Amino acid sequence: MGRLSVNLCGVEMDNPIIPASGTFGYGYEFAELYDINILGSFSFKGTTKDARFGNPTPRIAECPMGMINAVGLQNPGVEKVLSQELPKMRKVFHKPVMANVSGFSVEDYAYTVERLDGESDIGWFEVNVSCPNVHGGGMSFGTSPEAAAEVTRAVRKVTDKPVLIKLSPNVTDIVSIAKACEVAGADGISLINTLLGMRIDLKTKKPVIANKMGGFSGSAIFPVAVRMVYQVAGAVNIPVVGMGGVSCAEDVIEMMLAGATAVEVGAANLTDPFICKKIIDELPAVMDKYGIGELKEIIGGAK
Amino acid sequence: MKQTIFTIIENKALTDSVYQMTLSGDTEGIACGQFVNIKLDGLFLRRPISVCDCTEGTLTLVYKVVGKGTEQMSRMKEGSLDVLTGLGNGYDTSISGEQVLCLGGGVGVPPLYMLTKKLISEGKKVTVILGFNTKNEVFYEQEFRALGAEVTVTTADGSYGTKGFVTDALKCVDYTYFYTCGPEPMLKAVYGATNTGGQFSFEERMGCGFGACMGCSCKTITGYKRICKEGPVLQKEEILWAD
Repeated sequence: MGRLSVNLCGVEMDNPIIPASGTFGYGYEFAELYDINILGSFSFKGTTKDARFGNPTPRIAECPMGMINAVGLQNPGVEKVLSQELPKMRKVFHKPVMANVSGFSVEDYAYTVERLDGESDIGWFEVNVSCPNVHGGGMSFGTSPEAAAEVTRAVRKVTDKPVLIKLSPNVTDIVSIAKACEVAGADGISLINTLLGMRIDLKTKKPVIANKMGGFSGSAIFPVAVRMVYQVAGAVNIPVVGMGGVSCAEDVIEMMLAGATAVEVGAANLTDPFICKKIIDELPAVMDKYGIGELKEIIGGAK
Repeated sequence: MKQTIFTIIENKALTDSVYQMTLSGDTEGIACGQFVNIKLDGLFLRRPISVCDCTEGTLTLVYKVVGKGTEQMSRMKEGSLDVLTGLGNGYDTSISGEQVLCLGGGVGVPPLYMLTKKLISEGKKVTVILGFNTKNEVFYEQEFRALGAEVTVTTADGSYGTKGFVTDALKCVDYTYFYTCGPEPMLKAVYGATNTGGQFSFEERMGCGFGACMGCSCKTITGYKRICKEGPVLQKEEILWAD
């Protein structure tokens, strides 16, 4: 393996770069632009038991150094993901993929994971207990240690693949939630999901987003993400996948120094569809600049 | 989709708030009815702008200043722009028949220019109805005439051309098919006032502009569509109006 390689929960990756769920679809739009097999992996669009249209539009708002989205987990549902999306993905991506799963009840999560579990190209499950854009689900499971642990246990029972729990930053004590997931059998923690945000249009004097609030992402949230990755990585003994505002090779190194084993890139894909390729291309030179031999050596280096 | 660095050749005001930017760069693959997505310094999201015209190596964008992004664009005089091109489905001219009607409202007028040019090059007779609020907002009337189209201009206040809306002027036109682009209330009125097939170009706030984020989805009779990917042009018979 090369100097960029990392091992995430027992799965070898050529590099730590993973486009984040919801910013990369099921991969094939980006495969028209570059060979997406250069990626470490990617986390596919959040998949639920049933098909979802999501929230009304407008779903998107501009912010200083970032954006707000309130898409609301639009996806075709797990059966169509199995019958239509994954076969299309398979034609363009030949590495283990991260399956991002969401739900509205503990049973939903377990059902969706169980349905997907037989797919050999799924390397990890990333269980989203942190979507800020759906009511009665998503984030409500990620805001208490007990609820997050309950989802973790339910998912753990139905798969032997590595399970990462994706946490919300919209909590008072993220460390206690991460620890509860670890005790409940999680193989890793990924964080952070978006920060709950809002914009108001001065002309209409109304919220820009139809759902009023949404998830704030982009480079503006990077310092919050680094802080939370640092806190969680220092408190658990399972790998952490860091994300939140990552937009260049330097950010990747900073996230890994904070404790991330792999790094997801989210909103940056939407404004520069080539950003993950650029980061992977630039990493060796940036590593040289900072005297880093192999990336895996720096994980959690900033004690 | 393609990422291209364009050079600004010219950027001039057509009215108080509508500007025309001419860019030079790789225009291969750009079709009429598509849009481009422009990166601007200091703004996070790209700004989607419809293609007004495109010839080999030259791209023309006509845009209205409505917010920070377009305001910033209006002040640019020279330099380069990072542009994603080839976005959206564009207009299908193969099903138009011989007598075509194009209805544009305000800043919905620009994409009809390249369309009209294409329809005329295909030997079709094109009638264009351009709707504006008032006389000093009118643009591109002569440009459409120069293409060889029959042009009617309407203004809501009657200060220029026919008084009223585009739908007031379409009553006396014979057509086999129509294309339209403009604000949603106008599109709804055109939907109700036309009795042939047609294509509607829609607008929505977008995240990425190339189908990745699901930011601009809409419901249609034929399922969920992304305005940026399966749109911005929808066929009349598939439209489901939101309340």
